[in-house]
Amino acid sequence: MEEKSKPKLNVNRVDMPRQDPKARGKNYKEVALGYTAAMAKEEASRCIQCPKRPCVAGCPVNVDIPEFIKALSQDKMTDAVKILKSKNSLPGVCGRVCPQESQCENVCTLGRKGAPVAIGRLERYVADWDLGNKMKAEKAKLPPPTGKKVAVIGTGPAGLTCAADLAKFGHKVSMFEALHVAGGVLMYGIPEFRLPKHIVQAEIDYVKSLGVEIRLDSVTGKLATIDELLKDSYDAVFLGTGAGLPMFLNIPGENLNGVYSANEFLTRINLMKAYLFPEYDTPIKIGKKVAVIGGGNVAMDSARCALRLGADEVYIIYRRSRAEMPARHEEAENAEEEGIIFKFLANPKKLIGNDRGWVTSMECDQMELGEPDASGRRRPIVKPGAEFTIDVDVVVVALGTTPNPLIASTTPGLETTKHGTVVADESTGKTVKDKVWAGGDIVTGAATVISAMGAGKRAAASIDAYLHGNK
Amino acid sequence: MYKIVAKQKLSPVIDYFRVNAPEIARKAQPGQFVIIRIDETGERIPLTLADWDSKEGTITLVAMQVGTSTKKLGCLSEGDTILNLVGPLGLPSHIEKYGTVICVGGGVGIAPIYPIARGLRNAGNKVISIIGARTKDLLFWEDKMRSVSNELIVITDDGSYARKGLVTEPLKEILEKDKTVGHVIAIGPAIMMKFCSMTTKPFNVPTTVSLNSIMVDGTGMCGCCRISIGDGTKFVCVDGPEFNGHEVDWDILFNRQRIYCDEEKRSLDAWHECHCQKA
Repeated sequence: MEEKSKPKLNVNRVDMPRQDPKARGKNYKEVALGYTAAMAKEEASRCIQCPKRPCVAGCPVNVDIPEFIKALSQDKMTDAVKILKSKNSLPGVCGRVCPQESQCENVCTLGRKGAPVAIGRLERYVADWDLGNKMKAEKAKLPPPTGKKVAVIGTGPAGLTCAADLAKFGHKVSMFEALHVAGGVLMYGIPEFRLPKHIVQAEIDYVKSLGVEIRLDSVTGKLATIDELLKDSYDAVFLGTGAGLPMFLNIPGENLNGVYSANEFLTRINLMKAYLFPEYDTPIKIGKKVAVIGGGNVAMDSARCALRLGADEVYIIYRRSRAEMPARHEEAENAEEEGIIFKFLANPKKLIGNDRGWVTSMECDQMELGEPDASGRRRPIVKPGAEFTIDVDVVVVALGTTPNPLIASTTPGLETTKHGTVVADESTGKTVKDKVWAGGDIVTGAATVISAMGAGKRAAASIDAYLHGNK
Repeated sequence: MYKIVAKQKLSPVIDYFRVNAPEIARKAQPGQFVIIRIDETGERIPLTLADWDSKEGTITLVAMQVGTSTKKLGCLSEGDTILNLVGPLGLPSHIEKYGTVICVGGGVGIAPIYPIARGLRNAGNKVISIIGARTKDLLFWEDKMRSVSNELIVITDDGSYARKGLVTEPLKEILEKDKTVGHVIAIGPAIMMKFCSMTTKPFNVPTTVSLNSIMVDGTGMCGCCRISIGDGTKFVCVDGPEFNGHEVDWDILFNRQRIYCDEEKRSLDAWHECHCQKA
């Protein structure tokens, strides 16, 4: 009997080079530099090609991870690209911002023995190789046109994924974007140093190359409503408008000058390029002492942007402890390395301003952790008599976002929750309204890029089935 | 790209543009605004619609040159294009039959008050309009305003044309005389809207103002335009731009309008330098 030799397990992953923390705190260039070809090949060779393939199920868009890694390890780059892009139209984005540690890599078989395969870094390598080779690898073969037309509202990760898949099914897709560039949160929210905009643009261009039309400067509901789109030209509509409305603290002083929502702060920097002011016309207030309130990825992004603008001190103010922080571990670590100061168990209760209306300091309660709450995290409670004040001249509120009510308020027949999210079937994205699907943050509230992409993908499949049944 | 099909100088610093934007023209209503971005390095600024023509497929914008963006806009001519134009944004004016309505337009605020006055007149109101400017050179659309008003009062701060004084003076006189006034709408500089609201308060006449906050996206995403009103916070872009003038916290609005005072000067200096070198 022939016995297969067992592959030797390599339990250590290949590190990815990053810009030096001191240098990168002063520039907007990408922090994580990506693997070299040799690094990628070495890391790819760690994958044992286990038969269970838990990583595929761990991926919200079910990328055939072992296959693309195998192709990569065999130097079949064109194949690697094809495999990856057959399931994921935005691999360069996902390779950078997906929380792989809680998805594909979290269930990697190697993870039980040591470090899981660095799937995200390999995905990024393959996507960047494709981009470096002008995306020649995959010319998607499109089926003959079905004659059906779908309107996709919003050009963020949910919409782009849904549009790309629908185009690959042969449907004609028009996307509607309120801003002057497509990409949604990938463009206005996530900073250049974490997700370079030319990568996003290249992947949007790829979606356009599938025949998808993108209409910028188009606020659906203010121009055509959903009902008008359905009546005039389209057979189905997908709503992927995200969660764009910023939440505030509702504490005194929140409307003082120098107080920003994270959305505004990041939009000014990323979309409007305020960091290049006055070459670009959009200004931003550069603080000396900046406090960012919140503990998610958006808070980390805001803090690291404030540092790069030239702040002397940047604080993250978070009401729970480090263990409960929702930010990716990697991003919190990057922030800390760059010199961001974390103040845990601190809850702002008042912002104080000067006679010209500018914020000058922030009063906080010191908190301690009590019993777990509905989210399973220990609830922060006020520690009596332990309030404190810190001096600040810029405050960024990064407490999360809720869906913009514009679509729901102009679309009779949509069901919404008390949080403003649109009710849609989890497995298909179908809303209660005829011919209307929804997915991404508009349904779940603020979540991740990849979960929005997963929803876009499922909706595309459901819309396709509907359109075929409707012939 | 949105083509400028007509341009006029309404004064040395106030420009009139008719811009090709058929989809917006079809949907526009009085009181709404658009956001424009002039070029690749430009900022997004809101401008309240001064008019629109759904048949011609154009909208009318009137802007006073105060900062970099409005100066850049002022440099554009017929045939040039505006890079981005999005709208119609904000909630439309509430038009109903109040009886007698006073429309106050100050400075460049005369432009957006025009379609509102027309809408109110068409709804069967008696429209008394008061338009004012700092000086004669800055006054425009007297005839257009007369054409949609039952009565028109013109006033300049320095008395260089028509009556001398501030718009609040005739406003108060009318309110004292005419008890049938059901509503006042004031659009102009924030300070003018504040004093109009203070003038109407003792008469208990509901007063609408159209606020000109700084905005970025104009769709509720950033919160830059937020104001304090009554006990709460509202976004001018999606909850307004029109609000009850008696409830606005004017001091916060004034402060927030001045957030980028220093940066605006820097930007303008940089622009002048660059523009003069080109010229």
